[in-house]
Amino acid sequence: MAVKTITTETFASEVLQSNIPVLVDFYADWCGPCKMLRPTLEELSVEKSGVKFAAINIDDNPEMADEYGISSIPCVILFKNGKEADRSIGLRPKEAFDEMLG
Amino acid sequence: MTDIIIIGAGPAGMTAAIYARRASKSVLVLEAMSYGGQIINTPDIENYPVAAHISGFEFAQNVYNQAKALGAEFKFEKAVEIRDSGDTKTVVTPKNEYEAKAVIIATGSENRKLGVADEDKLVGRGVSYCATCDGAFFRKKAVAVVGGGNTALEDALYLADIAEKVYLIHRRDRFRGEDATVEKLKQRENVEFVYNSVVTKLNADKKLESVEVTDKQGNVRTLEVSGLFVAVGRIPENQNFASVIELDGAGYAVAAENCRTKTPGVFVAGDNRVKDVRQLVTATADGAVAATEAVKYINS
Repeated sequence: MAVKTITTETFASEVLQSNIPVLVDFYADWCGPCKMLRPTLEELSVEKSGVKFAAINIDDNPEMADEYGISSIPCVILFKNGKEADRSIGLRPKEAFDEMLG
Repeated sequence: MTDIIIIGAGPAGMTAAIYARRASKSVLVLEAMSYGGQIINTPDIENYPVAAHISGFEFAQNVYNQAKALGAEFKFEKAVEIRDSGDTKTVVTPKNEYEAKAVIIATGSENRKLGVADEDKLVGRGVSYCATCDGAFFRKKAVAVVGGGNTALEDALYLADIAEKVYLIHRRDRFRGEDATVEKLKQRENVEFVYNSVVTKLNADKKLESVEVTDKQGNVRTLEVSGLFVAVGRIPENQNFASVIELDGAGYAVAAENCRTKTPGVFVAGDNRVKDVRQLVTATADGAVAATEAVKYINS
């Protein structure tokens, strides 16, 4: 799998109603650390099964950044059964996400 | 054994890699996080010769690609110790030990924290160390900036254009930063100076809602803010290497312009070195000097 781009409109169906955990990357095009992080998430999306990887642009979808109280990006939130299970802020090494996904 | 191990893949370290490879030395770059260093947080670099405008991300990528193309090897492991055995230096990471003839420490610096309860927990939920990175989240909201240096002043000025209200909290009644910036801030109606005060408490539910400040007389005041920008300086990341380099009172590695430390074969380059001007161009300059000195050391 790859990292799938989602929007406010598709957030519920793609994330909240997903049968499997979803790792959502909240990012923006102007954010350097977000760009650095993306290849790591792409790699993990290929390596990990049973987890969905999604990305949402917070400039185009500010409602979702508000909804989850995000004030710094990259912000990666792991959703399980429609609820936030874990959150990671800033550029972090691959192992940190490995650990997060268990 | 590698000729030169470079610790840190920021502008200084990657420039050192370029110079060392061009001198035909084998190079291993060890990086704890991701290449680029703190420059990746800068949306637009306007003061580096040749490029009138370039993003920090693009700059980092270009230098990384250049170093890679020249044959520098990169490993993403955090160096936790350097052991000096004369002609051989051993760099220790949690997973491995690597040997080299010379080592360049180019680890840069990290943000100094306030040290208030719950600060770590609220990073990304209102607490930030980078106004240009996170300022956009506080459009038309109230924020506070803490600090008295140029970074704090410039952050406050930047945020004054975005936020509805900016409190500038400083523990003294005079700023260390430039007077010209202070004057500009005084012209802004939405900037309020909070002198002689320190942040003593962060109030938050899921995200920051207000900060408590206490002044020198012990008076407590609560500022309703959704963002707190901490600009109280940086800490050089030299602590792991104190056995082979000398540190000054603030933790910077003592070395002259030639980047040599007290240990022959160990060099420092970039923001973690004692110096007056910490800019992108002085970091890359250090990289060039340190690599050249390291090559000279190995060849002699």
